Amino acid sequence: MADRPLRVVVAKAGLDGHDRGAKVIARALRDAGMEVIYTGLFQTPEQIVQTAIQEDADGIGLSILSGAHMTLFPLIVEQLKAQGADDIVFFGGGTIPPDDVVALKAAGVKAIFTPGAPLQDIIDFVNAECGKKART
Amino acid sequence: MCPQVDFDTIVHDFDARTQRGLARAISLAESGRAAPLIARVYPQVGRAMTIGLTGPPGVGKSTLSSALVRKARTLGKSVGVISVDPSSPFSHGALLGDRIRLTEHFVDADVFIRSMASRGHLGGLAGATADAVTLMDAYGLDVILIETVGVGQSEIEIAELAQTTLVALQPGSGDSVQVLKAGIMEIADIFIINKADHPMANQLRREIRSMMEILQFSGWVPEVVSTQATTGVGIDELWVAIEKHIAWLKTTGKMHEKRQEAFEHQVRQLALGNIAVRLEDRVKAESHGASDPYAAAERVLATFNVSL
Repeated sequence: MADRPLRVVVAKAGLDGHDRGAKVIARALRDAGMEVIYTGLFQTPEQIVQTAIQEDADGIGLSILSGAHMTLFPLIVEQLKAQGADDIVFFGGGTIPPDDVVALKAAGVKAIFTPGAPLQDIIDFVNAECGKKART
Repeated sequence: MCPQVDFDTIVHDFDARTQRGLARAISLAESGRAAPLIARVYPQVGRAMTIGLTGPPGVGKSTLSSALVRKARTLGKSVGVISVDPSSPFSHGALLGDRIRLTEHFVDADVFIRSMASRGHLGGLAGATADAVTLMDAYGLDVILIETVGVGQSEIEIAELAQTTLVALQPGSGDSVQVLKAGIMEIADIFIINKADHPMANQLRREIRSMMEILQFSGWVPEVVSTQATTGVGIDELWVAIEKHIAWLKTTGKMHEKRQEAFEHQVRQLALGNIAVRLEDRVKAESHGASDPYAAAERVLATFNVSL
């Protein structure tokens, strides 16, 4: 475990007003002892990456239920690289078909959680991946 | 694996005025490891205008913050926002949600927003808030807005830290007895009646006025400003009141006094925090199997060479 709480940005991007999933994840991560920064709805990739930088986040979790995942995930990967912040662990979730999951992981998204993923799996992933970062 | 971010890299990035440098410097402060950096930048700080914003949950603090940021930006000033939310005493986690009201400022390079979890600190702020203010000031931000957790009636630490303290209230949330209670009502340099389009806004204004007639004020008499933060109504008037208060602090020499108080407050906090940890160890050790609390307390104190 790290000597401080992990800090994770939970974000919603683009024209996607369905935030129940994001809120469930935010709450689960909070209850697992993390500091969760919620951005609110309709964020651009730039807004999300700026938020993660200013908040010194260990990770960004993006929730997408709009079908725009093949556009928005890569844009954030690109932004993180452009800002020299690709050490921030970037993961996400939503209604994403298996083929797209493979493609997004190849594009640099660390993990994708689809409907039915146990909350504990997500918590374990964040603890393992972001915790690795926090110890440094 | 991620590259290791060491102290020197953070200081280098901070000196280069990168947002990452500032962000990581604040994290250092949160982990209690920023002392050498604070020591180095401290002589240069005191330039920024620091505004504290407090009030009960749901009164509109974050929306007021956003409106004040917009105002400061039209005046060409760079702005830092520190927004404190509570940590869970059970899981130590926190949900930091104040950014939701500040989204329009996210990509403005001259606005830096930092959410802080209280991490068990009482008083409405986080233990590292004072350091975050120092770092933002040294970084060169012109205006620093500090938003407290949604406070009850006694979280008044913000008045020790900020030059000007704004207390936001909303109509219809309590009668004159609430307004008369001690605590946050006594720390206001400016009262904000937010949601001023509410039918009971005038009644709240009257109650604040009548309370002010009873209280004694030393020099500065708090201004009362009505706002509707969501539409921006009253924000210009609020800004004028803030500038008036800062000018008053400067002309009366109170600014210097305030700075001294803030300094002492932080020294006290740092010392108390350290002693509290040492004390806790002794309390645990001496309480076990002790015959009575006074005897145990004597033994605890004996390790510090003092007695009851």
